Amino acid sequence: MANVLLSAKGIKIRFGGVVAADGIDLDVLQGENLAIIGPNGAGKTTFLNISTGYLRPQAGSITFLGQEITAQLPRTITKLGIARAFQIPQLFLDQTVMENMLIAAASRLGNPSGFTALSALPERPEMERLLDLVGVKLYASRKARELPEGQRKLVDIALALALQPRLLLMDEPTSGVASAEKLEIMDILTSALAKEKVTSVFVEHDMDMVERYAHRVAVWNVGKIQKVGTPAEVLADPKVREQVIGI
Amino acid sequence: MNSTLAILAILDGISYAALVFLVSVGLSLIFGVLRVVNVAHGSLYAFGAYLGATFSLAIAPISPWLTYPALLAASIVIGVVCGGFIERFLLRPLSGQEDVLQLLITFAAFMIMDNLQRLIWGVQPIFAAEPLRLLPNVAVFGVSYTSYQVILLPGVALATLFGLRYFLRRTLSGAVILAVTEDREASAAIGIDAKRVYFVTFVIGASLAALGGALASPTTSLVPGMGADMIVLSFAVAATAGLGQIEGTALTALMIGLTRAFVIYLQPEFEVLVPYLLMVLVLLVRPFGLFGAMQVRKI
Amino acid sequence: MSGRIKPVTTIAVIFFLVSAVGPLLVSSWATLFALILAKGIVVLGIILLLQAGQVSFGHAMFFATGAYTAAFWGKYVGGGDIVLFIALGGITSAVFGLIVGLFVVRYREIFFGMLNLAFSMVLWSLLEKMFHYTNGADGIRVPRPALLGLSFTPETFQYVILYVSLLIAVVAFYGVQRYLDSPLGHMLRAIKSNETRLEYLGTSARRVLLIGYVISAFLGGIGGTLVAIIQQIATPEFGFWTKSGEFVFIAILGGSAHAFGGFAGAAMFECVRFYAAAHLADTWQLILGVVLIVIILYAPNGLIGLRQRYGQAKQGGH
Repeated sequence: MANVLLSAKGIKIRFGGVVAADGIDLDVLQGENLAIIGPNGAGKTTFLNISTGYLRPQAGSITFLGQEITAQLPRTITKLGIARAFQIPQLFLDQTVMENMLIAAASRLGNPSGFTALSALPERPEMERLLDLVGVKLYASRKARELPEGQRKLVDIALALALQPRLLLMDEPTSGVASAEKLEIMDILTSALAKEKVTSVFVEHDMDMVERYAHRVAVWNVGKIQKVGTPAEVLADPKVREQVIGI
Repeated sequence: MNSTLAILAILDGISYAALVFLVSVGLSLIFGVLRVVNVAHGSLYAFGAYLGATFSLAIAPISPWLTYPALLAASIVIGVVCGGFIERFLLRPLSGQEDVLQLLITFAAFMIMDNLQRLIWGVQPIFAAEPLRLLPNVAVFGVSYTSYQVILLPGVALATLFGLRYFLRRTLSGAVILAVTEDREASAAIGIDAKRVYFVTFVIGASLAALGGALASPTTSLVPGMGADMIVLSFAVAATAGLGQIEGTALTALMIGLTRAFVIYLQPEFEVLVPYLLMVLVLLVRPFGLFGAMQVRKI
Repeated sequence: MSGRIKPVTTIAVIFFLVSAVGPLLVSSWATLFALILAKGIVVLGIILLLQAGQVSFGHAMFFATGAYTAAFWGKYVGGGDIVLFIALGGITSAVFGLIVGLFVVRYREIFFGMLNLAFSMVLWSLLEKMFHYTNGADGIRVPRPALLGLSFTPETFQYVILYVSLLIAVVAFYGVQRYLDSPLGHMLRAIKSNETRLEYLGTSARRVLLIGYVISAFLGGIGGTLVAIIQQIATPEFGFWTKSGEFVFIAILGGSAHAFGGFAGAAMFECVRFYAAAHLADTWQLILGVVLIVIILYAPNGLIGLRQRYGQAKQGGH
């Protein structure tokens, strides 16, 4: 019986006239890859924002490993073990890719030094391995600003992985990545996640990716969860096909 | 504190507030539209005062009543010439660059103007009190005060306040300025020349500072350093009110003027402290100022 | 890093050597270089905050705190020692920096700048008007303190304070560079590029900024103490907004990308002031104003930026 890692109950939020969440109940089980699909504006990113403390819901609560995280700060939630990769890559553009990673490592360790050099951190080989994992090792000494969008996306994911999270939230992980490489990257990523026992939730628009890599799928529509099930169940559902996938 | 002193303090406060308002509102307007903190604003005030005094002293022997248009003329000359120069040659080349560079270039302008002021007018105090002396005293609740300070100055301040309101909200030019402030790209798309708007706004703001200085010159002796003192004071008033807030600046100037006047009579060592302590307290609680809007920039 | 020495480091070493040796040849340079070094130390603090993308327009308050600490000791306790003054100046400024910092690090950009300005003007107004304690606008004289028990003649003292300033400047320069290379230094820079991401990595941006702020306050205070000893006076003007502006001016003039920028800018600033005051009577402000305008319009990365651009061109550019 899988444990529940993250549990959202009754989440509600509205921005002016727009209802972004209208009573969201969702359990994320340990060890799974849960895909979140739905049309644009359905509230998927809002859910990620609420789960990571960027937004405070107007009703409802979220617990992580049994602990209430509903109105906590992003950095507190990060320390508890939830890491986030963003739809538009969020990097420290003026610093090199390796420096970005080492900042994440230093942050994970806590108590950052003001004297020893960042580049001398013992976590450096581990960061190199992570960059290699997502395929951007060659860019390690380039400034993040110089990287094309697809590579920035991968660094963004590596940055989240550097935190050694229990739960990884990814917002469209392969958007911006060349389609020839999507499969390879998701293969590597999901096997690495399985090996490190990291649970993942990923927002995805590519149904191919959903079919191949998700254990379960949650369908978002107008602030509500329309359906939760295996990819086969969900993608065969006629209402989902019509409203979400557009077939 | 008896009632005579209290009335005196109120009148002091009102006349002081009127001058500070003129300078602060120009600074606020410039920030609201151009998003620039004009450090040279204090120098424009000082130049307005010195040139106003020069004109006034020159014309007084011919006809003392001409000193009033002389003061106005001085403000316009400084506003257009100095203000125009600063906007066109110092700020415009930097448009689109970091805010701090624009601020620093106005700081450089302040340094230059401060030096020029000493070279042109020297360091000895200058007195040009004719415009003040010309007008009679009035009795306000039994207290005698110069009508220049208690009628003319607040009168000009109120005229400026309502004039600006009318200009910005009721005229086409005002609407154009508000449009550029609100959304520069959209206004460019409908054919508004933002460069001209910035220039005109800066000149208006600069002229108001110079007017404040020119009108202040009959009331005090002009000394080096008056510009440096005024810029930080007017900034404190404008920031406390909320940069870009016109009516708010008037109320804040009045509040600070009155508080300062009372403090001078009761506990003079704290006179200079008042505006800055207030600024700290307000900004800690409301960083956008007492009247500042959180979202939309308003002027 | 490889064994390649950066050109800026070379210039820095040359500068420090000139500061040590030059005044032995030209005695009027002793006070000049002491001032350059002392101000360079203060500007190190400004540059630190600039890495986080924040400009403090109130650093004069720490400068004044350091200066008046020495002055008050001289006035109320008597005697005094350079080492004691510097230690006290640094500590009081750091404590003051912690208190103010706890408030100001919650703000960014213009609000950060304005709040710092406001705090510094509050301090200035107290220094200016609390005549009974501070002697008002005339300031408080700081008689020459001893150094570890030894007293010196005026002629020798100017060299003593020069070499003390040089020692502190070199240590501070090295310390700030190591800080900027460290995890905390990188996190400070991360605040400028993507503060949200830093928070999402689990680090408190406010805490990182506060640490940087306290260090910059400490540096500002030490610089202030040194200047008070060099000029033998502490006046309220040390805490006036124009002094804060001067420090930011020097940072931009020298170039805020590298720790040496503070010393480069201070050198140019003080040399112009020194020589213009001697030969062109009361036009140094005008000249410096024009220089700053030229730098801002044509070389916004400051003097250091000019050097780096020239250096890159020589190497064939990118």
